[in-house]
Amino acid sequence: MNRVASLLRQTRRPGRLGWTDILSYAYLALGVVLMFGPVLWLVLSSLKTPAALLEFPPSFLPLTQKTISVPGHAQPLELHRVRLPDGSVKELAQVRRIGIQATMIDPANPAAPAIRVPIEAREPIREVAFAWSNYTEPLKQFAFGRYFANSLVVTIAATIITLLINSMAAYALAIYEFRGKNAALLMVIGTLMIPITIVLVPVFLVVTQLGLNNSLWAVILPGAATPTGVFLLRQYMLTLPRDLIEAARMDKASEWQIYSRIVMPLTLPALAVLAIFSIMWRWNEFLWPLAVLTKSEVYTLQIGLNAFQGELQTQWHYLLAMTVMTLAPVALVFVFLQRFITTGIANTGMK
Amino acid sequence: MSQTGSPPRAIPRDSLASRLIQGIAGLADRPMAWIQHAVGGRGMAYVFLGPNILFFGLFVFLPIGINMAMSLTGGTNLFLSERPFIGGDHYRSLMQCGSYLDPASCREDHFWKGVSNTLKFTLFQMVAMVGTALVTALVLNRKIRGRGFFRAVYFFPVLLSPVVVALIWKWILQRDGLLNGAITLAGGEKILFFVEPGWAMFWAVFVSVWAHMGFYTLILLAGLQAIPADLYEAAEMDGTKPMRVLTRITLPLLWPNLVVVLVLVLIKAVQTFDEVFVLTGGGPGTATLMVVQYIYETAFANQVQNFGLAAAASMLLGSVLFALTMLQLWIARRKAA
Amino acid sequence: MAGLVLKGIGKSFGPVEVLRGIDLDVADGEFVVFVGPSGCGKSTLLRVIAGLEEVTSGTILIDGQDVTTERAAERGLAMVFQSYALYPHMSVYRNIAFALENMRLPPAEIEARVRRAATMLRLTDYLDRKPGALSGGQRQRVAIGRAVVRDPKIFLFDEPLSNLDAELRVATRKELAGLHAEIGGTMIYVTHDQVEAMTLANRIVVLNKGRIEQVGTPLELYNRPANLFVAGFIGSPRMNFIRGQVTPEGRLVTPDGKVTLPLPAGHAPGAEITLGIRPEHVLPAGGEAPDAILTVDLVEKLGSEAYLYGTLADGTALTLRSPLEDPARRGDSLPIRFERQRLHLFDAAGLAIRP
Repeated sequence: MNRVASLLRQTRRPGRLGWTDILSYAYLALGVVLMFGPVLWLVLSSLKTPAALLEFPPSFLPLTQKTISVPGHAQPLELHRVRLPDGSVKELAQVRRIGIQATMIDPANPAAPAIRVPIEAREPIREVAFAWSNYTEPLKQFAFGRYFANSLVVTIAATIITLLINSMAAYALAIYEFRGKNAALLMVIGTLMIPITIVLVPVFLVVTQLGLNNSLWAVILPGAATPTGVFLLRQYMLTLPRDLIEAARMDKASEWQIYSRIVMPLTLPALAVLAIFSIMWRWNEFLWPLAVLTKSEVYTLQIGLNAFQGELQTQWHYLLAMTVMTLAPVALVFVFLQRFITTGIANTGMK
Repeated sequence: MSQTGSPPRAIPRDSLASRLIQGIAGLADRPMAWIQHAVGGRGMAYVFLGPNILFFGLFVFLPIGINMAMSLTGGTNLFLSERPFIGGDHYRSLMQCGSYLDPASCREDHFWKGVSNTLKFTLFQMVAMVGTALVTALVLNRKIRGRGFFRAVYFFPVLLSPVVVALIWKWILQRDGLLNGAITLAGGEKILFFVEPGWAMFWAVFVSVWAHMGFYTLILLAGLQAIPADLYEAAEMDGTKPMRVLTRITLPLLWPNLVVVLVLVLIKAVQTFDEVFVLTGGGPGTATLMVVQYIYETAFANQVQNFGLAAAASMLLGSVLFALTMLQLWIARRKAA
Repeated sequence: MAGLVLKGIGKSFGPVEVLRGIDLDVADGEFVVFVGPSGCGKSTLLRVIAGLEEVTSGTILIDGQDVTTERAAERGLAMVFQSYALYPHMSVYRNIAFALENMRLPPAEIEARVRRAATMLRLTDYLDRKPGALSGGQRQRVAIGRAVVRDPKIFLFDEPLSNLDAELRVATRKELAGLHAEIGGTMIYVTHDQVEAMTLANRIVVLNKGRIEQVGTPLELYNRPANLFVAGFIGSPRMNFIRGQVTPEGRLVTPDGKVTLPLPAGHAPGAEITLGIRPEHVLPAGGEAPDAILTVDLVEKLGSEAYLYGTLADGTALTLRSPLEDPARRGDSLPIRFERQRLHLFDAAGLAIRP
């Protein structure tokens, strides 16, 4: 009774669950279905056998035909629930099927004579079974592992470079007064305005001139210096007490030591936010790798996946499993860092 | 508190991670000390700024110049030295149209189809995105049990890659997919969503709203929570009706955030490519072909790689984005003032 | 340990002149306190000495060496900041050891020095704590430890006690005095609190509007202030001032003529003079002929003594210290006398008139 009362008190008007509250919860429930449903459906589908995927209308759970080993038959036989001519219902194993006639035997008594029934009289018995081979096969048959490794390399290398050079630039722009500071700040804002979409062709030219074509560096380097990161870190560094930096100078620290021993450790919260952003950007990046990576050895996960969906029109079972594997690391990161990410984004207004 | 007389302790140990970072940073101590000796303490500002600015120069500002040059030169060679100067020919052919309202009458019909699709997409998406994000933020701002959970539910697709998002929905929307299954069970006819232009555009908008609304919801929610609670309490003391509270207090105070979100959505929508490209491939025909896809295909995917034309188109797109970003900065400045 | 010489130091931030023509000699081992109202430039002067600000003009010599263009790290000084500026992410041990590590001393030497400083400052039990887990007084001691361990040429203190509560401030003040007695370094200390200045300093430098008003020992400043500013700044409650003109009879008369006061002989009639007298040197007239009549406006009883705040006939405010048993009340008219030996006289320009 108390719990119900306290539940009601949580709503906007004390002690009364108004129609607006009901409407709100209904909206949120719909949201849960709409936002989670598709992903859940993807995961369930990815565990279905190709045969189950072809079924229409689709079944919710990954179901497969239940089979049974019967002495005297090399292959396991399909198990069916059969309505016999006498009206009784029995579970029988199907030996073969010709046209609309199926030959069934009783698995409990394989020696007994086979029974012929029309196929409408039998209904397959199915059980929930996960087709894990959807996950293992792409790793063996295709270069999926390679793509995964490429994405990992790109994400980690790019994030490290981004954190390093962005924090160095932010440090310069937050701590020092120097000639050209305003020009540098303007440059950062300018960069904000020029997404890769606009300079696709010339960056391709620069990368080609640098001889980076079809290497992972072609994906890692162009986006490594982010204006977002410089802004984020600089804003944070501006809040550090100046005394600390001056104290370090009095303590005979070199400028590099002040940066690496004092400012960086204290900027850790902002660095973590940028690291998460960077990981997200790099893991999900699509257009630029699509343009610059033409050899499949250097494909990242996203490009590999896109290529698969072009080639493997009929092999949805592999494609779905690979999609799940691509999504899994991001989902894991989200589960553990959800609060951190959402507050980080809400505070910075950046993505 | 203080334990006088305790035996002297060893040097306090830092955590492994911090010692590792210190070790790595320590490697650079000597070289950096030499550099500081050479350039002086003030010169170090440039040393710190250098790498980042080099990257900006190499991959942003230099490319802008090259893009300009590329758009004014012809041929199929990538390298500028091999490309003949042709002046504004690319721009002229992009602009050559019987009627701007009819993409088919244009010489570069795909470009104009892309422009018109992008405009359509942007318009629908802005309304749908801001609308749903606003409603969701308003609902989440109420005293809701499990707000953190619901916020996470709406937010998590933001982290998914566009390819994953597109494949999830492609699987649901395909001919024998979940949605058609449901329609069939309800007694309807299967709909070929990616064959009918109207449906394809609808789902392009829907999927991109599904994927990104969580981000804008978060921004709006932050704006809503910044509204002081005593304003609502004062309104309640005055006996103000909930609807009036919404229109007279909440929305006016949220307005600056709403404008920011609108412009952000606009800037992103104009550059739409990833999700729609993987979801529909621009089809059926060219029904969902966007400007960015046109640029990408003109430069990289077509038989004849026309870098110049792509560069010219991206210059045009760039000037639109420039104007929009200026608008954004202007609004941000006005909001700050 | 080293002496410090400042020659013609000037410092401007844009058009704002913060320091003007500062000349100062600080002897080796001396404890010098910069004192002055806020905005007088005392902190800027300290930062200029530290090397955290560049001078606009002038030279700085440490140990006879010109360090004017040297950066903070090269000058070999140590500073205790008002905020303590402890590195929040480092343990107390690492905070104290940081400078020594930067100097690349051998680890054994570092540890020995840190331990010695920690023992002296009673920090041994807190070495592995982070600053956030320390009390205000402990943080203060860590900040001092960080300076002491370096064995610097000069210690600089920027209002180090202002973040402590009153009781702790007094205790730490004593500790600082003890520290100076023990290690005997050259110390320069900035404060706006004249009690700190009086109790700690060998010599006090009074700054006002970017200039040095007076340099001297605490008692010199108290007894022989060079000008109105120093006279008013040093001493609490502050010195009473009565402005007037010398009459032909050699007395001082206020502009409205309502009050006349005695003056030592030798002042030209007609001269504008300000007479200064500290509250502790104004006495109830008792049986003697009063110099003036004070109308009591407020009585503050502090326990050991009482202060009477009142006005003279011309409206000049005057404070006097009186014994507690004095029965004066608000509204009383009290005959008062000035201690003749304790009168301070200032000319129209505000400079002290020395007999």
